[in-house]
Amino acid sequence: MLENSYVFKIQRYSTHDGPGIRTTLFFRGCPLSCYWCHNPESQTKPLEISMEDMGKFAAVLMEEIEKDLIFYDESGGGVTFSGGEPLCQPQLLFMLLDLCREKEINTCVDTSGYGDIKDLLKAAEKADLILYDIKLIDETMHKKYTGQGVAPVLDNLKQLSKQKGDVRLRFPFIPRVTDTDENIGQIIAFLRDNTIYRNIHILPFHKAGEGKYDRLNIINYMKGIRPPPQERVAKVKEQFESKGFNVTIGG
Amino acid sequence: MNSRIENLRKKTREKEVTISHERAELVTAFYKKTSSMDKSIPVQRALCLKHVLENKKIFIDDNELIVGERGPEPKAVPTYPEICLHSMEDLEILDSRPKVPYKVCPETKRIYGEKIIPFWKGKTIREKIFKSMEDLWIDSFNAGIFTEFQEQRSPGHTAGGDLIYQKGFNDLKDDIRQCFKGIDFFKDKDGLEKQEVLTSLDIAADALIIFAIRHAEALESQAKDETDLKRKAELENMARVCKKVPAQKPETFHEALQYYWFLHVGIITELNPWDAYNPGRLDQNLYPFYKKDIENGIITREQAKEFLCCFWIKFHNHPAPPKVGVTAKESNTYVDFCLINLGGVTKDNQDGVNELTYLVLDVIEEMRLLQPSSMIQVSRKNPDRFIRRALKIIATGFGQPSVFNTDAIVQEMILQGKSVEDARMAGASGCVEAGAFGKECYILTGYFNLPKILEITLCNGWDPLTKKQIGLKTGDPKSFETFDDLFDAYKNQLEHFVNIKIKGNNIIDQINAKYMPVPLLSLVTQDCIKNAKDYNQGGARYNTSYIQGVGMGTITDCFSSLKYNVYDKNLVLMESLLAALKEDFKGNDILRHQLDQAPKYGNDNDDADDILKMIFNAFHGLVTGRPNAKGGVYRINLLPTTCHVYFGEITGALPDGRKKGVPVSEGISPVQGADRNGPTAVLKSAAKIDHLKTGGTLLNQKFLPDLFKEEKDVQALVHLIRSYFKMDGHHVQFNVVSEETLKDAQKHPENYRDLIVRVAGYSDYFVDLTTALQDEIMHRTAHNIN
Repeated sequence: MLENSYVFKIQRYSTHDGPGIRTTLFFRGCPLSCYWCHNPESQTKPLEISMEDMGKFAAVLMEEIEKDLIFYDESGGGVTFSGGEPLCQPQLLFMLLDLCREKEINTCVDTSGYGDIKDLLKAAEKADLILYDIKLIDETMHKKYTGQGVAPVLDNLKQLSKQKGDVRLRFPFIPRVTDTDENIGQIIAFLRDNTIYRNIHILPFHKAGEGKYDRLNIINYMKGIRPPPQERVAKVKEQFESKGFNVTIGG
Repeated sequence: MNSRIENLRKKTREKEVTISHERAELVTAFYKKTSSMDKSIPVQRALCLKHVLENKKIFIDDNELIVGERGPEPKAVPTYPEICLHSMEDLEILDSRPKVPYKVCPETKRIYGEKIIPFWKGKTIREKIFKSMEDLWIDSFNAGIFTEFQEQRSPGHTAGGDLIYQKGFNDLKDDIRQCFKGIDFFKDKDGLEKQEVLTSLDIAADALIIFAIRHAEALESQAKDETDLKRKAELENMARVCKKVPAQKPETFHEALQYYWFLHVGIITELNPWDAYNPGRLDQNLYPFYKKDIENGIITREQAKEFLCCFWIKFHNHPAPPKVGVTAKESNTYVDFCLINLGGVTKDNQDGVNELTYLVLDVIEEMRLLQPSSMIQVSRKNPDRFIRRALKIIATGFGQPSVFNTDAIVQEMILQGKSVEDARMAGASGCVEAGAFGKECYILTGYFNLPKILEITLCNGWDPLTKKQIGLKTGDPKSFETFDDLFDAYKNQLEHFVNIKIKGNNIIDQINAKYMPVPLLSLVTQDCIKNAKDYNQGGARYNTSYIQGVGMGTITDCFSSLKYNVYDKNLVLMESLLAALKEDFKGNDILRHQLDQAPKYGNDNDDADDILKMIFNAFHGLVTGRPNAKGGVYRINLLPTTCHVYFGEITGALPDGRKKGVPVSEGISPVQGADRNGPTAVLKSAAKIDHLKTGGTLLNQKFLPDLFKEEKDVQALVHLIRSYFKMDGHHVQFNVVSEETLKDAQKHPENYRDLIVRVAGYSDYFVDLTTALQDEIMHRTAHNIN
């Protein structure tokens, strides 16, 4: 069912993509190509389908989502739309967000922020929580490591900050890429100057996607890089905290 | 852990397990002297126990606080020749086998050869049972359709209730006297029998009091010679306690523990009941003593903990009695399945978790001993922190405590007709078996091989292993036009074998009722005194016999494969399937692969899970409610201990693609490797069984320690457990695996297909990960251990 389709994987019992026990749907397609991507298979584009087929597909996905209702209710969990970049398939995303709201299922959208601002704001309206990645502030660096310029990500975040709704910022801790004093200082400055957000979740780099690169025959720029040691993560945590941020380690 | 406990713990762990001939020799001497004509059998049994307890060696270990050993020293295991007689060959095997040996010294072998074997050969319960069984029973037993629990051990499988904490044996003797007076010889045709039973209970009470007094005397004499003043005072106090309990009711924490322990040793000396004996709801039973002693300054928390540690060591000193024959394969372990219950609800339905509950959990974590086993009862009334505390122990990869659903157990008990108070004070013993503690005789009768019965159905009643027609001729499977025809044939075979099993057990029950009463166990099991009836005759308030279904996952996947491949999709011809099964899929990999495509149990897939329900309903319908020989009924449990390995060995290739000899699925867990959608899907599938209609189900889940690493992960597990229990699941156990296992899993991934690991923010199947990631996870695990 999931071959070449808009959603390439459904992960039940996810516990680090938002509150409680969640089912995570991984969307196919992403405008970025981050060095450290854990789901490089999501970077390929799915086949186009009609709205009618999309409706049918959404119904099938809802059946899977609803299977773990009892676990969501017990734990305060729900469903997380991740990817890939869920904003790449806004129609499907909105359809699922509406269906979940109808069924009173808590929703999170896990986004890179790189997408159409209208889609982002609409998703934020329809979802219970936006998980928003903030990686690098420097334009050259962002372009180098993600393949795209940083401006849309930052502009969108400014806009989002003005709208009502819960947002959880997530900082991917990538050794020697995002963890420089300079980048962290810039992130802090940007958030303080342009947004209301004073909470951040640090996501330490992990090697979960490594094998997929070999299988998919894609160059893995992060090969051999080890996850950051705990002390290093703790130091970065302090850096954020010293500037008045509330920091959580993990999703 | 203080040095006293450290030393005792080291000693019990390092001590070699031996066979002791002490009990066998005393019992043999007793029966040689006594003419069987001049006393009734119940009285003979009570006098026999008295003879053993009056004459066996008293052992008091250096610095121990709780006294009483079943053998002449710790880990010296007695034998029970009146039940099951070990041959010289059995003793040789036990002495020399590399795994789980029981060392036998030349003196024991000599005594066995000269005295024990010549006297008991031909007179044991085991021989009586086999002689009384019909040919079909013997053939089915040999074919591995079922096992029989009572062929080597006496019916037991019970846990103590709260009676002994309210009454001393002298009080029970008063109760006996009252009942004695109540026998109406004008009207009661069983009057004499009742009189004999009550007399036997009275003698058994004396026997244990004498045993305690002998300890008191030994302690006093040790105290006299003791130069260390602190130990001297301890010994004097212990002597005082042993003079008091079990004769009088206990008043302190120390007295309550010592009372229980004397009773425990007495019951496992009287005979070798299954799953030993069990203090049951330990925290509930002891809490009033603990609270009073703390309030009165009699004991500190640390001293209470030390007593509990000493108590734990006593259990570890008592390995399971060694088996012979087929059950040695079923269950080869020193563990005697005594299961400490913690938490749950009180008699008046309040949260049962108390300070002592947490103290006992500390003891479990620190002692980290194989025996006693432990479990937590989780009611919706219990706090999350109680579950989290237990999960922290489970996370250490020790497999304890296991997790039970109090609310389900209470409902199971009430559905069985028990009073609501008895239901609330119930628990689980053995592996997962629910019972009304102290008031119920709920014996397990044997494991039942559900997949093998399909093999026999597909062979039209013929057993390929023993090459005999042991089943019904339900027809050539090629002639079945629909799936329902096939399922009906299976149901008929199932009924045939259930009937053989039940008929056999009703005879076995009568053999035990007549020849092997258990006066001491009866004395403390309500309402044996009131009914003036032995435990083995149906004297208990409730009497249940269980048949334990094994291989639910395997049999479900087999029928799912038949339905999907043969009947619904027409992808496989029955004829080709039967031929392939006969050849154990040799040269038939493509067919085997096709069979594997069917929906499988454990994935929250209704197509497979509906079949599970069909099988459950068939089995439940054929067993539940059938009368047993003790005035109670038969019911089902779904647990295997280790019998799924034995049942696998003697079962041929099956339609789910399983090859000959491979273990069948265990408990209600999915077939090893068949569940591919994570833990929530497994729990959803498992909850489609109507647990409340059983007396216990067993679900194992394998997890890596990383799943327990962060607070958030632990809390997610709490939610996972709560959700399963909301769905009325009975029990779940988490297996947290070690680096060693992971290394083996890397080498032999085919054996570990269901091993779940925490990757990073999500969980995945270990074997699905790259070697690099596996290496990384193993590194993390090693890190955890350091």
